[in-house]
Amino acid sequence: MGCIGLAWFVVPLVALVARTPWSALPRILGSEIVSDALSLSLVTSVAATAVAAVLGIPLAWLMARVEFPGRALVRGLVTLPLVLPPVVGGAALLFALGRRGLVGEAISQATGLVLPFSTWGVIVANVFVAMPFLVITVEGALRNLDSRYEGAAATLGAGRWTVLRRVTVPMIGPSVVAGLVLCWARALGEFGATITFAGNLPGRTQTLPLAVFVALESDRDAAVALSLVMVAVSLVVLIVLRERWWKAL
Amino acid sequence: MTGRSGRAWRTLILLLVLVFGTTACGSDELVVSAAASLTDAFSEIESAFEFSNPDVDVVLNFGGSSTLREQILEGAPVDVFASANSSNMDQLVAAGLVDGQPEVFARNSLQIAVPVDNPAGITGLEDFAREELLIGLCAETVPCGEFARTVLERATVAPALDTIEPDVRALLTKIAAGELDAGITYVTDVASAGGAVDGIEIPQSLNVVAAYPIAVVMDASHPAAAAAFVEFVLSVEGRAILDSYGFSSP
Repeated sequence: MGCIGLAWFVVPLVALVARTPWSALPRILGSEIVSDALSLSLVTSVAATAVAAVLGIPLAWLMARVEFPGRALVRGLVTLPLVLPPVVGGAALLFALGRRGLVGEAISQATGLVLPFSTWGVIVANVFVAMPFLVITVEGALRNLDSRYEGAAATLGAGRWTVLRRVTVPMIGPSVVAGLVLCWARALGEFGATITFAGNLPGRTQTLPLAVFVALESDRDAAVALSLVMVAVSLVVLIVLRERWWKAL
Repeated sequence: MTGRSGRAWRTLILLLVLVFGTTACGSDELVVSAAASLTDAFSEIESAFEFSNPDVDVVLNFGGSSTLREQILEGAPVDVFASANSSNMDQLVAAGLVDGQPEVFARNSLQIAVPVDNPAGITGLEDFAREELLIGLCAETVPCGEFARTVLERATVAPALDTIEPDVRALLTKIAAGELDAGITYVTDVASAGGAVDGIEIPQSLNVVAAYPIAVVMDASHPAAAAAFVEFVLSVEGRAILDSYGFSSP
């Protein structure tokens, strides 16, 4: 059964490699569309991970450590983007943050910033879809962490900051890294919410997955080559990180 | 497994049986891949066809014509293909994937689509060059994008694009939401939006007339039903439905 499980992942990848036009690869990978899409993908996925870290880790803390009414509902809401089709998420973002959206109208009137069809929009879509991975991983680690360790440190005279720095962070650190990696990987592969909310324009909002989608219909060799780049980048990063830091999962 | 979880499992299994059981052993499924611009007209044609052919279950697969073409080229089990231009159909003919000759069943032309009340004050194709506006077109690979670029070329306008949408419905949705100031869609899309977008005429001398061909796909799993469906689309009844959505006669 385990082998069938593995084959489920491996066979499509093998098919992709078998389809790869090796001789045309340098030409395709050297083209502007590919380098634009690759750099845009890297920039937006890293930026989204940073935003998710700043907002998501405090949220995880809140959910794990603070008793408040409706905590179960909050947990449900945070998990929602995991199960929601990304296209639905993108449409919801459009209604919320679009130029005529619930919040977006006020934002654009106050600051002139219009999120859809901009690189910011791609980051917003990425955060929406990818942040739950970080929040859930960190929240789980915080809940499993025996708070008596922190209590013991406090009774031994450690201040709150010292407890955080010397006890909490080292103990949940690996989970935070794992959460960040999962979040980044999800952001890198984001497609549905991005094309629905941020649109598709080379150099501005066309990330690698969007470029693959567009190329599939016009230039299949390019689509396969782009897919290969995505697989390679993801695989290298995930393997390296797993070897180095990510022993938690 | 008792009490609540047992009930939940039984409900889940029942649902699965309902979902998969009905599709697996139900009536004949006729898969029709149709251009996104046919969404409304073909949905009505589906109901009318199923009414007179109760043993056939039509399954509509809408998308950009080029996406649909790729699916068929890759061996998707499709019975009928209705494209929004001839080039996608021609590629299938060249690949030997069309049974018989494709027939043109409808024509369509283009219009500028803007949000209701035209907030950006679009008056014509020349506004597509204005950098400060949010402008969208369909991808070049789908007919609406190809035709739109022809029209802009004829008007010698270089569009300041903000997004390239995968199909005409995606473009229309963003215009209707007011997120784009203008785009170029089919006349029929503006009509079918039911007042959610306004249309601005493109001069006849610049406009493109799109011809929609339909054909039975080679080795269709239901060749008889597929032929009957094509015949229905070309019939007086099918013609009338297409007319009501703004398509003109072939």
